[in-house]
Amino acid sequence: MLRLGGSVIGFESSGSSSASKGESVADTIRIVSSYADVCAIRHPKEGAALVASRHALIPVINAGDGGHQHPTQTLTDLMTIYNVKGRLDRLTIGFCGDLKFGRTVHSLISACVKYHGVSFILVSPRELKLPGYVREEIEAAGAPCAETDNLGETIADMDVLYMTRVQRERFFNEEDYVRLKDTYILNKQKLASARPDLAVMHPLPRVNEISTEIDRDPRALYFKQAEYGCYIRMALIKDLLKEARG
Amino acid sequence: MTHHSLTVDRIERGLVIDHISAGSGMKIYHHLNLDDLDCAVAMIRNVKSGKYGHKDIIKIENNIYLDLNVLGYLDPNITVNVIEDGVITGKQKLILPTRIRNIVKCKNPRCITSIEQEVDHIFELTNEGARSYRCVYCEQAAPKTE
Ligand SMILES: [Zn+2]
Repeated sequence: MLRLGGSVIGFESSGSSSASKGESVADTIRIVSSYADVCAIRHPKEGAALVASRHALIPVINAGDGGHQHPTQTLTDLMTIYNVKGRLDRLTIGFCGDLKFGRTVHSLISACVKYHGVSFILVSPRELKLPGYVREEIEAAGAPCAETDNLGETIADMDVLYMTRVQRERFFNEEDYVRLKDTYILNKQKLASARPDLAVMHPLPRVNEISTEIDRDPRALYFKQAEYGCYIRMALIKDLLKEARG
Repeated sequence: MTHHSLTVDRIERGLVIDHISAGSGMKIYHHLNLDDLDCAVAMIRNVKSGKYGHKDIIKIENNIYLDLNVLGYLDPNITVNVIEDGVITGKQKLILPTRIRNIVKCKNPRCITSIEQEVDHIFELTNEGARSYRCVYCEQAAPKTE
């Protein structure tokens, strides 16, 4: 926003806004509507952005609603894939980690099923499998989809590998977390069996699911991806403002 | 024959909600807010029915507006007969509503509907064959009726 010449009004953390004092999303957005020209909302509850958009007088961007969707990250991801692969169709895309609460995964799959010849490899622990509504989208599109809990065995088939964080708090007990977390870490050894043109992506921030030894591998695209994220959000804001002003 | 005299012929003008699966009559009664009606409403439970074994029936005297589609979600076997001058003048098979509002609540604790006060609980039909609905906010499946 600043790079577009605009200024920002923001609630830095959920604790500093009136939302933490119990103000509803509807009320908050009504107020924001009278101060701002466009609004990006990130909220821990699923569907918060939809509620906001229904009460807003300005364009509302969903910047992540709980474990549901994250559409601007998806624009970023699509731009990254397109730039490195030159296409968005005929790709085998692997998703690894927390597929249940990984909102960037849900949004990206929703987008990818629209392209011809895309197939999916879903790598996650049993506890963190893709939710039913996203699975239904894959089925409705008739896209091939394989499920596994083993990254090492399936990485060789992938054109794109989309890593996500497996968070400690998603597990019922520490034992399960410790037992499972290493399975979903990408390291040099696993990457050795991957295709030479694999695109390794991650919405960031990462914790330890991608070993830093991979950062210098040309297949590691996550920092490039973060850079594209800035451009695509600038483009989106510009577009929405243009539209809003007719 | 006593069942038949109970079910239809007493009503002169109104609606008969028929083929409610036995035991669900009260649930339907509440979902349609029939408590709020001033006119006569009869709730008949456990009527013998050749087609369904047993059924419940609700009779409503006078013409009132009812959102009939919601019955299609609540129980797809229900039929609604329109009664005028003591006879059935129309029989309507119910269709599944594409959207249901404030009939069931979203059970997902992470859903915005769990904390936001003024928001309606809205579900949209996502698969007609499976009669499945999903919350428009979080896409959680609606609890199955019946
Ligand atoms: Zn919901």
